[in-house]
Formats: sequence, structure tokens, C-alpha cells
Amino acid sequence: MSELKRTPLYDEHKKLNGRIVPFAGWEMPVQYSGVIDEHMAVRKNVGLFDVSHMGEFEITGDKALDYLNRVTTNNVAKLEDGGCQYTLLCYENGTVVDDLILSRVAKNHYIAIVNAANLEKDFAWLEKQNSEGATLKNVSDDYALIAVQGPKSPALVAKVFNQDFTSLKYYNCTEASIGDANVKVFRTGYTGEDGFELMVEAKHACTLWQQLLVVGADYGVKPCGLGARDTLRLEVAYSLYGHEINSEINALEANLGWVVKLQKGDFIGREALQSIKDQGVTRKIVGFEMAEAGIGRDGCPVFVGDKQIGYVTSGTHAPLLKKAVGIALIDVNYKDVGTEILIDIRGKKKKAVVQKTPFYNRCA
Amino acid sequence: MAKYPTELKYSNEHEWVKKTDDVYTIGITDYAAEQLGDIVHLELPQPGDEFSIGEAFGVVESVKSVSDAYMPVAGRIVEVNEVVMNNPGVVNDDPYAEGWIIKISVEDETEIDNLMTAEAYEAFVVEES
Repeated sequence: MSELKRTPLYDEHKKLNGRIVPFAGWEMPVQYSGVIDEHMAVRKNVGLFDVSHMGEFEITGDKALDYLNRVTTNNVAKLEDGGCQYTLLCYENGTVVDDLILSRVAKNHYIAIVNAANLEKDFAWLEKQNSEGATLKNVSDDYALIAVQGPKSPALVAKVFNQDFTSLKYYNCTEASIGDANVKVFRTGYTGEDGFELMVEAKHACTLWQQLLVVGADYGVKPCGLGARDTLRLEVAYSLYGHEINSEINALEANLGWVVKLQKGDFIGREALQSIKDQGVTRKIVGFEMAEAGIGRDGCPVFVGDKQIGYVTSGTHAPLLKKAVGIALIDVNYKDVGTEILIDIRGKKKKAVVQKTPFYNRCA
Repeated sequence: MAKYPTELKYSNEHEWVKKTDDVYTIGITDYAAEQLGDIVHLELPQPGDEFSIGEAFGVVESVKSVSDAYMPVAGRIVEVNEVVMNNPGVVNDDPYAEGWIIKISVEDETEIDNLMTAEAYEAFVVEES
């Protein structure tokens, strides 16, 4: 086992009494004040997350578009300067290498933000597929990534940068400067709230983090750890690699058909996904809510009667909704909302019901 | 002031025991509660159930993790705290009073003597963390 890595903000987490745990090869804060407290800060006010463990790749050159359109499932040609899209890298069989956010910073200049756990695998995969000759650069160690999430994030980011980001729409990015630091500002996130992800050179990361905390005091800002990151994404049923998506679950089973553009031209996995679409999937990712006390967690078998129909991929107590919810991969015959299922929790079958996702919608 | 209440005895599984006449009240320490994080669900036995020393009598579930709770002494359940069943966060907020978990009666009154004092438990926690 190689040594755990630390983000540029590690000392800040220690100062804030963050509880540090190993995660995907990194020493990361899992919580500061408590998962529920941090979760609610993001739903009501604003929270700060260090997500510097995530990987950033730059893809440049006049072959970049053709190359990216062949290795990802979404239509990269639709991206304009300053546009971002959620997309997938798929294997030939339609299962998933990783999910990522791809942004077009400028013509022939793209940034991909990928999962920490998959960083090296992804980069090796991307290099191997690069028959077009695009220029690929792993810039992960050069940058920190700070997520500022919650309804008060626009006000906080505007104040810190002394710049109005009202015109920066969701899933768009721009550049901004603060002191000597040039920051790439993405209006993206993984919480289901309005928010920003700030990609800043590693040497300026601590200053920016501190400013966000100091200025953020007026907005009720809280530093948030991986624990809240997980409960927040689960309330909105966002997929997490290694749970709802992996190399054994295809993109259509994972409900990610909306980022698979079968008509855009050839791409890795297209043939398999077209055929899966034509035949129909046999299993599907669905949301569920516990109808009895208990929390169905990752790996719990799912039953209807005595027949196992699948397993739980993620589950938690949802702090805002104050109930136990989760996501499961089950036989497609039982996917309809309202279907009663049983979740085997430590040997006891507990009642649950298939639910519409997201469980929480900020616009509703 | 001691870090842990001196009138209680402690197990190395981070349960505390308080003896009041014939009834022993059992809970988890604030150290255990803090390590677990926000507690959101408890699975507890029924009054009348009997457990031996060291046996798991229940499950304490936080947002992030699931842990068994173990009997610091052998005994029979006489009462389960309905307050924490309905509002598990009380275990985090007030682990030594409102947040008690079970009350038991015991056969062997000497078992409690083998548990740690507050001072010994404090040293134990320092060593373990």
C-alpha cells in the first residue's frame, strides 16, 4: 500500500478539527461539526468542501474534440466555450470506466474532472485510446478544488471575488482572479443545491479557503466533510462510482441514458449500448425508502417474497428528509414506483418501497 | 474535573454502567458517541431478554456506520429507553443521562467490579486513539 496523499488544504482541516480518514488513497476530512449539521448548512446556507483529491486532466489541440467525442458518451460537439457537461467514459461493453464533468474552457481546450479513486486508471485508459493524437496532461497535482455549495453560495462567492456571477449559468464555467490567483469557476456540484467548484493553483488554495471561511461567517458557512458529501448526493440520488456505476453495471442500467448520445456518431461503447437499448435492460437502478426502521446499506440483498431481485448500492439516513433512503440495482420487473420490496439488513428482512428520485428537489 | 463521570464504571467496548439499588443502567460513552457520529437508529432488545457478558445486545447506527453494543455485565433487560428509540440523537447530546440505552437486572453483582473506573477508562481511550 503506498503512502496516503494529502491535499494542499490538509493543515486547514487539522486546524478546524476535521476528523481525517483514508479515502481513495488520500487523507480526507470525513466530518468537522457532524454530518447532519454540515448537511443542513448546505441545504439552508452554504458549505465548503475540499475536493482536491479529484483528478483534473487537460485535453488540448485541434484533435481534442474528435478524440473526446469518441471516448465519452455525451455529445462534446454541443459544448460551447465555458460550457460543462456530465458525461461517461465507457468500456466497449457499455459498462463504465468513470463518470466525469467535461468543460470546454476555450476552443481546443478542455478540462475533465474525474473521481479520485479512478484517476490513474482513467488517465491510462485515455492515453491508450488516444489514436487521434490529442494532447493529454494530468494536472491534478497542480490544483486544489474547493466546492462551495448551498443557496447562499452565489452571495458568498460574489463577495469573495468581488465579482457578480449571476450570468454564470448552472453547468457553465469562467475564469476569475483574486489577489495573485487565477481561479477557474465552475457552476457545478454534487449536492443538489446551487453551487460552485473553484479550481485554484495549489499554492493559493489555503488563502482562498480561509477567505471563504472568514467572509462566509456572515452567511453561516460551515466546512463539510466526505460524510455530508455522501448524504447530500444521496438525497438527490446522484450516482457514485463504485456504487451505482462501475465496470459491471452498464450506463443504461445505471439510468444514465440521458448522457449517452447514441446518434452523435461512433464512440466507445456505442454498439453495445445501442444493442442493450434495443433489447431493453434486465435490471435497473432505482430509489427506495425504508418503510420499517433500519437503514438498507451498500451490499444488502433486496427481495420480493423469498426471491432475491437485486442488492442495495447506497443507503443512508437522509438528514433533511429525516428518513432512511437508498439506491438499489434490481430486476427491472420490480422497478415501478410504489413496488414493495424487502431489504435484508443483518439477516432481517425489512420493508421498503421503490421511490421516485431525486428524493429531494430544491426547485420543488 | 475528570473527563468521564466518576460515579460510573466503564467497559473496553465503551459502554458505561451505573448501579442504582438493584437496577443497572447502561449507555455508551461520549467518546463512543463522538466516534460514531450522528446516531440515527438503534435496534434494541425487548424487556425480559437475557444476555451474557460481552454479548451484543443491540445495534447503534450513525449516518455513516453501524456498530454493535455489548453487555458490560450479564443481565436481563428490564427497560429500554423509548426516548432514544424515538430520538436517537439524544445519545450524542446527553450520553450519560437522557441518552441511557437499557436498564438491566443482574445475577452476579461482582461483575461490575471488573469494569474500569473513570480514570482507568480515560487512560484506555488515550491509548486506543
